[in-house]
Amino acid sequence: MRALLHRHEFYLAALTLALSAGIALANPAFCSVANLFDLCQGSTVMGLFALGVLIVLVSGGIDVSFAAIGAFSMYVTSKVLLGLDFQGSAAVALVLGGAIGTLLGLFNAFFIGFLRLPTLIVTLGSASLFRGFLLAFIGTAIVNTLPAGMVRFSKLTLWEMRLADGTIAGLPASFLLLVVAALLVGCVLQGTMLGRGIYALGGNPVAAARAGFNLRGRQLFIYGGTGLLSGLAGVVHACMMRNANPFDLVGMELNVLAAVVLGGAGITGGRGTVLGTLLGVGLIVTINNSLILLDVPSYWQKVVVGAVILVSTGITARTGWARARGAGLC
Amino acid sequence: MLRRLAQSRASGGVRLLAVTLGVFVLMTILNGDRFLSGRNLASMCFQFPELGLFALAIMLALITGGIDLSIISIANLAGLSAGLVLAQSTASGLHVILAIFLALGVSIACGLLNGWLIGYAGLTPILATLGTMQLLMGLAFALTKGHAVAGYPEAFQTLGNGTLAHVPVPLLVFLLGAIVLQVLLSRTALGIRLSLLGTNPTAAVFAGLHVRRLQLATYALSGLLAGIAGLIVIARTNSAKADYGTSYLLQAVLVAMLAGVDPRGGFGTVWGILLAVLSLQFLSSGLNLLRFHEAVGPYINNFTKEFTWGALLLLVMVLHCAKNQHPR
Repeated sequence: MRALLHRHEFYLAALTLALSAGIALANPAFCSVANLFDLCQGSTVMGLFALGVLIVLVSGGIDVSFAAIGAFSMYVTSKVLLGLDFQGSAAVALVLGGAIGTLLGLFNAFFIGFLRLPTLIVTLGSASLFRGFLLAFIGTAIVNTLPAGMVRFSKLTLWEMRLADGTIAGLPASFLLLVVAALLVGCVLQGTMLGRGIYALGGNPVAAARAGFNLRGRQLFIYGGTGLLSGLAGVVHACMMRNANPFDLVGMELNVLAAVVLGGAGITGGRGTVLGTLLGVGLIVTINNSLILLDVPSYWQKVVVGAVILVSTGITARTGWARARGAGLC
Repeated sequence: MLRRLAQSRASGGVRLLAVTLGVFVLMTILNGDRFLSGRNLASMCFQFPELGLFALAIMLALITGGIDLSIISIANLAGLSAGLVLAQSTASGLHVILAIFLALGVSIACGLLNGWLIGYAGLTPILATLGTMQLLMGLAFALTKGHAVAGYPEAFQTLGNGTLAHVPVPLLVFLLGAIVLQVLLSRTALGIRLSLLGTNPTAAVFAGLHVRRLQLATYALSGLLAGIAGLIVIARTNSAKADYGTSYLLQAVLVAMLAGVDPRGGFGTVWGILLAVLSLQFLSSGLNLLRFHEAVGPYINNFTKEFTWGALLLLVMVLHCAKNQHPR
């Protein structure tokens, strides 16, 4: 089974490389350092969201409220810090955004973990609730001057490079946040009883309960953790855009979902890895980026993302069947 | 146990009727004569049939234990394909008939695609219909490059704006769809098989049901209902757009939950949908009219409504959960 998973990620990486080579031939601009940094930057927000969605999919649920949580945390954090005239570090913004996201995630967890309501319908409702509350009662105006700390954070780079034309391209510091988050989520999912319990819950909830896993606690962790990652993603998004637009983020749900299912996670639960998810994010960002470089109208991106969801879920379903048949289960 | 379940569901119907009347009375009190004015009542009768058709489509998939999230995209793609035929300046009666059949054909084809993905390719309904939702919306955009297709013959607009013996045509179409679906679900073998499939898919397989064919039929039919709604939408607004009415999805799910459709499959009634869609329309129109209210008017906008639908959906789910605790 492990070999099969490895194969999936191997093929995904190969596909990304092949696609990149093809695009590079068609448009050499793709290979430039500046574009590579752009790809990393573009992957950061989507990657943070995707890690959250991965946890939910592994547990056998689905979350369509993460983008609304991200937008909510981003906007409220910016408003609060501006209201306090806060001049300190962006770490405070990240903590505040993460805390708001966690609270909203726990709101979902209450309905899912304690009342055992279906995850799709709960998160459909809460997404609309969060977004409606944000736009109706908090504000619709774009915040154009962010708190000083967030502006400083947005200019911080891990690595800079002077290009031939004299401009400077940099890898934003927020990319480090994605790396740290990915390592943490990977360690929790693979290396702790908490994480193994999430796989068990996704594989077979009844068996997981019989095996003695505390499922309610798991659900609190799953949706709280997803909320935390979404809140962070929202704040990072605001830093990158250098503004906080409450209408942003909502609408990218399906891109993120496509990336995660492309990475091998299935809603049937119990499957999915951090590495696969990151590769999936990389591939989706590369596809969208290359469609722009190739001058393809943006609405074709929708078609491609829809097709990616269908094809990759189809493949995952096939291999799942084949495995079950091999084990004599059907 | 079955009898108790039947009783609790019958009392659910009475509760729903009370809720519908309650919303009606509340909105009448809050808005005074404006709510009861002929104009408001007439406009409500033209508005709710589309939402009602979407809710019937959602219910059908929910009964079999699945869900169809692509209904809005199907409606828009079907509407657009009809719109492209109708918007020609030379459109004649023949074109109108052709356009209607084209839209119905497109919607059934989209539904069959969903059914094939779920029944034969083994995708879960949520991911399959999320994927087709995005795919079909993208195709609709590509077909029109994002522009609206507007301007149809008068004869076609009757489908959305006309009346027959003082009854709005869209209402008649909805009622016809509701009656056909009610007969199908309660009087035919197919209907019983669908609810068996939703109650216990494993038992359905061992009972010898052709699960794949049932799923194909379910999603084709829900696609068809969405296509009919799409035709009414473009006839009423006299234009078709790739991303019209995306907020209908949440409202359709809300209507289905309010109607007492079991989100885990197996149960749902057309009567419930009828009452639930009425109460939601009363609420929606009532909120719209409250904009003229001095005190609360400034706070009522589309975002307040979005908030209200989300909050209501969660509330309804919690109440259901408290009423019939599922052993699962």
